[in-house]
Parts: sequence; structure tokens; C-alpha cells
Amino acid sequence: MRRISFSEAIDDALGQAMADDPRVVLFGEDVQGLHGGLFVRFGRQRVRNTPISEAAFLGAAVTASMSGLRPVAEIMLVDFIAVAVDALLNHAAKIESFSGERWNVPLVVRTSCGGGYGDGGQHEQSLWGWLAHIPGLSVVVPSTPADAGGLMLSSLTLGSPVVFMEHKLISQLWLDFLGSGGRDTVSYDIPSDGTRGLAPNVWEPIPIGKAEMKRSGSDLTIATLGVGVHRALEAAVLLEKQGISAGVLDLRTVSPLDKETLCEQVGRTHRLLVVDEDYEGFGLSGELSAVALEAGITFKFARVCTQTTIPFARHLEDEALPNVKRIMDACQRLM
Amino acid sequence: MQPDLWSLYGLMFKSRIFEESVRQIWKDGKISGEMHLGMGEEAIVAGVVSQLIEGDAMALEHRGTPPMLMRGVDPVSLLREFMGKPDGLCKGMGGHMHLFAPDKLAASSGIVGAAGPAATGFALSGQMLRPGTVSVAFFGDGATSAGMLMESMNLAVVWKLPVIFVCKDNDWAITTQANTAVGGNLSARAQAFGMRSIEVDGADVLAVWSAADDALRHARAGNGPVFIWAHCIHLEGHFLGDGLLDMLRRPIYSFQKRVWPMLKGFFRSGGAAWSERFASMRQVLGMVFAAQSQTSGVGDPLMRTRQLLVRKDAVRLSELESDIQSEIQKIVMSALSEGGGA
Repeated sequence: MRRISFSEAIDDALGQAMADDPRVVLFGEDVQGLHGGLFVRFGRQRVRNTPISEAAFLGAAVTASMSGLRPVAEIMLVDFIAVAVDALLNHAAKIESFSGERWNVPLVVRTSCGGGYGDGGQHEQSLWGWLAHIPGLSVVVPSTPADAGGLMLSSLTLGSPVVFMEHKLISQLWLDFLGSGGRDTVSYDIPSDGTRGLAPNVWEPIPIGKAEMKRSGSDLTIATLGVGVHRALEAAVLLEKQGISAGVLDLRTVSPLDKETLCEQVGRTHRLLVVDEDYEGFGLSGELSAVALEAGITFKFARVCTQTTIPFARHLEDEALPNVKRIMDACQRLM
Repeated sequence: MQPDLWSLYGLMFKSRIFEESVRQIWKDGKISGEMHLGMGEEAIVAGVVSQLIEGDAMALEHRGTPPMLMRGVDPVSLLREFMGKPDGLCKGMGGHMHLFAPDKLAASSGIVGAAGPAATGFALSGQMLRPGTVSVAFFGDGATSAGMLMESMNLAVVWKLPVIFVCKDNDWAITTQANTAVGGNLSARAQAFGMRSIEVDGADVLAVWSAADDALRHARAGNGPVFIWAHCIHLEGHFLGDGLLDMLRRPIYSFQKRVWPMLKGFFRSGGAAWSERFASMRQVLGMVFAAQSQTSGVGDPLMRTRQLLVRKDAVRLSELESDIQSEIQKIVMSALSEGGGA
């Protein structure tokens, strides 16, 4: 085992896969500079800078994956995927089905997501529920370095399109690039267990679609992902002092969703709180309640999500995104 | 009409001094997230914006400070917005990449290429509701690779819309050089859409003014869109804390953050041949030195204009500059005071 940062873990696992499989290529805007270690190690053919042409290079990644390559296309920020969403919605997600399952799309889209560093509502969205809404796409949102590396490895061998999302608040690479710009005069509420952690020396795949209990609790279940996991764990510690035993379930992948583990936990506690940095309406939080209802479980339900366009102002942003106080208040209401 | 070099320089100088203050406030940590300055493109913005009239619209990208300032948006409210204050231009909701001034028909977007469709829509309402007005799109060379920009150029041509597409080309899209990302020639590309195209030295404010004068007459008369291709530099690179510029400005920090991961990659087993690895390292070095050329005085539009004016009337120039400096100082003090703006 070794200690490694969240962003190093992803590039390290990707590097391991690239060394093992010459078909794996990485392209996207400024990837040669942003992922300099991979660029220098694998060279200009396999690590390519693209023009600011997301619709073109994401669309091209789809057919490149159908014709022999294993492309990892990087969309710098998930907000920017909007201009290229056709490649995912109408093509990557549908071709396996359209072709009568004779042709698959082994594509990984890696993209940064999430807020908490004051970059405004066009650069801080989560959008994982929006993407997971599309049948045929897998959506992965790791919360620790170990999960990030292991899930990247699985994403590369899944054989169908995966959107791999890297939360910027726990990614040293993205936070340096977009949040601090090399300054030490700004500080953000960064969960340290997400930023750095232990990881295996040689990466092993972590199965996609398996949630993980980060903390067990008998009174209620907090289902969450990404930075929400760390906020929920912090809240759970404080709640314990108030006599409330809250379990924290890290979904790790939005789609496919680990319905079994979710239902097992909610069936035990009969209280479900969803902490989701993505938008509240028509998204993941409602989906989780539907899944538990369909399973015939009776439970009390609450959610802490992002309800509005994310404000630029730091204090407003901190209120808009799920935070420890909002989580604790919601838990107390559920009891 | 003839250009007034003094007032053009005044606009440019005001923008520069204002952004120097923004840079300091950002460094002090009072502005979160990114900060994209327009230092180096002032002549392009001044040459165009100084000729806009009531009812004209502007579609801006992430580098919207100079056009907003030169169009007359209250500077204190801009600074307050950058700091996320409730009395900022957009109540602290947008930040510097999302500046909106409805009374000036000026709207920004942080999505690269979005200025194209935005300007096209402003021009459509201008054509139908405010004949004789125009809409200006400001964007960089990076945006010329975005499909929506090319689509909007085509739409503007076929609908004969009064759009001035202004490309502020500094040869870089963050760390990607234009010669590796932009195919063909941008003038030829615009012409292929059936659009008039004017190429100009963006450090020469009089040349930009003339190009804009020409383009505006054409568009206001109902003859359709015009493309202005103006070359410039970015003195602060893509944004404050630009990685390529930092390599020489802050070598120790850069070594730890950027060079060390590359060296580790260089020596890792598995991967490309040594020759290819050396080629990648050489490319990075080449980029670092190429990026530095932007920060030299040669392409600085302020230096260029100043040289003309100092020969005309050095005393008047120094008075103008000191007036603007004290004006900006007051603006900054007002914006930084706890009570905020006026």
C-alpha cells in the first residue's frame, strides 16, 4: 500500500492500463499539460490535445471505440459536456441496443465535476443524475483515491460507455488549476480523506455498480456519493454525540445503481436521507426513494441536494451545496 | 468620423489599471476560483466598443471585464461582483465569467464558443426591432474550433444579420497552440461562409478602430455579418496562475506541481520509446518558452499607443494617466470598503 492523492490515483491507474493495453488512448483539451506524467510516458500519439471541439472529439471517441481503440475522452468540466451531449445521448448510449447487441462502445469519458471552490454555476455542476438518466450509460463518482483508481480500471474494461466523474474539491489537480491558481490566500472546505488516502501498489479493478458502507448506523441511512460522502461522515460523527446512529452508504456509481445494498440498509433503518450535490428535482434523490418504495419498504425520507443555480458568492454557494449543517438538520427531522 | 487616439488610450489605460487591481485582489484571496483578464486585448476591445451606440449588443466570453468597463458598466459593481458581494453587478450570483448588463444588452458566458449564437440572437432582435443596431461577439482563437460558433456564422450570413464576429487571437487555447488546433486560415474560413473578413494587428488600436468602423458601417447598413480577425497577446496567459507562465515565474512551485509528475512519468516502465518520451519533454519546454513571448512588451497595445501619444504631448499624457490612476484607486477603495459601493 501507498499514500496517494485522488488525482494521482486516477492517472496512475490509467497509466497502468495504458501500459498493459496499447489500444488505450487519452484525448481532450490540454491533456498533455494537465496529465503531463501520462503525456511524457506515453507520447504524443496516445496522449493528444484536442481543439475546443467537444462535439467533434466526443463523437469521434464513440466510433474510435467501436473500431478497435479504447479511448478515454476527457471533457475538462462536466458542464462543458452540454455542447457534446448528442454523442452520449443519441450515440454512445444507444448503439449497442440499435445494433442488436452486435456492436459495443467501450468508451470512457473522464470529466471533472462539483463545486465548493467559488467558480460559478457554469463550472461547478454535478450532472451525474442527468447523465445517468440515459439508459446505456454507466456513471461513476468515486469519493476516495482507492476507489478512483480501482473504478477507473473497471471503467476501461467494462465494454460499454462510462462517464467517470472526478470531484474537483478532492482532486488536487483540478483544485490547483481552477480553485487556487497557485495561491495560498484562498481556502476551501476540502475533505482530507477524499484528497489523499491509501491505495494498492498495483491497481485491482473495483466492480462498477457496488456501493460501499462507509459507516454503519442503526437509526438511519445516508445514501450519498462524491464529496457528499465526506460531508455525511462528518455529520454522522456529530449526530452520534446526540444519540443518533447514522449509517453512510457511498453509492460509488450512480448507474448501475446498487439497489440491493440500498434496500438492505433502508429495510433495516426505515429512514433514508439522500445527500446529493446534483440538482434536487427529477434526479438521483427521487430515484433512490422510488427504488426503495418499489421494493415494498416503508421508510421516512428526506434529501439534501442542490436546489438552485449554484451561486458564485462563496457564502451563498456553501449554503446551496449540501453541507454538514443541512445534513444534520435533515437527520434530526427524520428522527 | 475620425478616431480620437486620446480617448481610445484612456479606455485602454483604464481597463489595464483596473485589471491590475483585480489581479491584486485575486492574489489577496478576495476573489475565489478562476480569473481571466483581458490584459493585452485592450486595443481590440477599445477599437470596437468605443464605436457602439445605444441599442447595440455585446456577447462576451469569460474575459468580459474590459468590454463591460469600456461600455460604461459601473466599475465598483464589477469589482463587487468579482468578490461575490450582494451589491455586485449580478448580486454575487455570476462572478467574472457570467457578467450581465441588461441595460447595455451585454451578456457573458463561460462556455467557449457561446458568444457566437448569443450575438446572432441579439442581432436578430436588432434587425427586427432596432434597425441600424449591431451585435458584437468577442471570442478567442480557441472558440473558432467550437461547432456552435461556426453554425452561428452560417446562420448570421443566411439571415443577413448585423453581427460583428471579433476573434481576439493570441495563438493559444489555454496550453494548446493554435497551430496544433486550428485548421486552415480563419479569414478564408469566414469568407467561405460568405462573410466579409478583415484581418488586423490587435495591438494597433487605430487599425482596429478602422476595421471596426468599416465592419460596423457594413452591418448597420443591412449587408450582413463581418468577421474581424485581430491578433493579440495575453500578458497573464489564459488566466491568473497560468501554468506555462508560472514555469519561469515561480520555478520552485512549478517544479513540485508540474515538472515532478512529468519526470516520474518519464522514468516509469511501460509506455513509449525513449525517443518519444524525449520528444514530449521537448514539446513541453517549447510550449513554456513560446508562452513567455506573450508577456513581453512588443505586442502590448498600451506600450504601442503610448509611444504615439508621448511624442504628441507628453504632459497631457501623464496628466491623463494620473487622472485615471486616481479614479481607479477611488473605485478600488470604494469596492474594498466594507460598506461596498455607492
